[in-house]
Amino acid sequence: MKKTPFYELLAAHGARMVEFAGYAMPIQFSSIITEHKAVREHIGLFDVSHMAEFIIKGEKALEALEALTTNVMSTLAIGKARYTLMLNDNGGVIDDILVYRLDTQEYMIVANAANYQKDCDHIVAHIATEAEFIDITESTALLALQGKDAIGIMERLFGTEALPKDNYSFTKAIYKGKELLLSRTGYTGEDGFEIFLDTTLAQDIFARLMESSPTLCGLGARDTLRLEAGMPLYGHEMSEDTLASEIGLGWFIKTDAKDFIGKSALLTKEPQYKRIGLKVVGKGIARDGMKVFEGSKEIGYVTSGTYSPTLGYPIAMARVNIDFDKDNVEIEIRGAKIQAEVCKLPFYKRQK
Amino acid sequence: MALLYAKTHEWYDKASGKIGISEYAANALVDIVFVDLPEVGTMLAAGDSFATLESVKAVSDIYSPVSGEIVEVNEALRDAPELINEDPEQTWFVAIKAETEATGLMDKAAYEAYCASNPEA
Repeated sequence: MKKTPFYELLAAHGARMVEFAGYAMPIQFSSIITEHKAVREHIGLFDVSHMAEFIIKGEKALEALEALTTNVMSTLAIGKARYTLMLNDNGGVIDDILVYRLDTQEYMIVANAANYQKDCDHIVAHIATEAEFIDITESTALLALQGKDAIGIMERLFGTEALPKDNYSFTKAIYKGKELLLSRTGYTGEDGFEIFLDTTLAQDIFARLMESSPTLCGLGARDTLRLEAGMPLYGHEMSEDTLASEIGLGWFIKTDAKDFIGKSALLTKEPQYKRIGLKVVGKGIARDGMKVFEGSKEIGYVTSGTYSPTLGYPIAMARVNIDFDKDNVEIEIRGAKIQAEVCKLPFYKRQK
Repeated sequence: MALLYAKTHEWYDKASGKIGISEYAANALVDIVFVDLPEVGTMLAAGDSFATLESVKAVSDIYSPVSGEIVEVNEALRDAPELINEDPEQTWFVAIKAETEATGLMDKAAYEAYCASNPEA
């Protein structure tokens, strides 16, 4: 099993490690609920170094990226990041990624760890002769500092001027002669930063961040936080077999504006499903894979479900027939049909 | 009271017939947010699942260490499942009127040795 550069440090802080995408990663430290609330109310620190990072550069870098992604990349300014999907020829989702424009002809892709190898293969197969592909996953560590206190901590560490001001923007900072990338992004629904750093700086930056005593958080809280924020997770809300037009991410799919791999499939195939949010009213927690019913008719299944620490009740996202338009469903939880109400996504939105 | 422990991490108090989960199990589950309890009068065989616990991450079955009839249910747990995390070895789920002798249970020392050698809760 691979270890991130923070493994020993986190283990010493009581991390309970699990295997995730080939890495030993903390699932939780104290408790998922405690960690979750720390992020919502103050500040949490996550090691997400398992995420994959690729550089695409060269004269044809933009052209290659446009073909690989569903969102428009030609209007992405230097210093900005953009969410997009990467599709296969059938319109299924290979991965959901962030694209950072580092320079005029240089981009960074941040991808899911679980999709590392197939992303590499897919990208290389489509840009081989057009642009240069560099895999920097091994040498790149990634920390996510999330919550309303993040800005103050980052200002003390790097200075106000050095920080990115807007969501989905980033800056480069120099720390001990090495470049850091400070990104105003995250996967929690809170304000926060993601810090991309050379693995050799890991101990140093971690120690500096810990001076502010953020609550250390694991993948468990990361999952409950993103679920409350209505954010899809690869392998749950989407997969290679999920048509990209069925997951409620239409805003990131620009079939009118550009050509891309999978576009012709999207134009010919009618979506059969949609993604909905559910509040479980009865007792029980809906989990991934449980069946969803409208009366006696099975209409889909739960793709993610948990207990929402912020709201105090169980929530779920489900994939259901596109023509479903009622306000209530039943979820089959261990043989019993449990009532749930359809509700708007996201479940939680921060006050700005 | 001297509690006896099952390999599936329940404790059993022979004198009162009460059943709960061990501190080891509660610490492993951490964020218990729901408990699904049976009705008084339910007949159980040793090894039957009689309750489920939902933590944020997972669902766990609770098994009866003995055969018998459930004579009392700790209704307070339905609205306050956090009691289990707060004081697991004082927080009982059900009381059972045993019809058989409990077998295969461990005393505290043996159970602790078992947990130390077998980290899966």
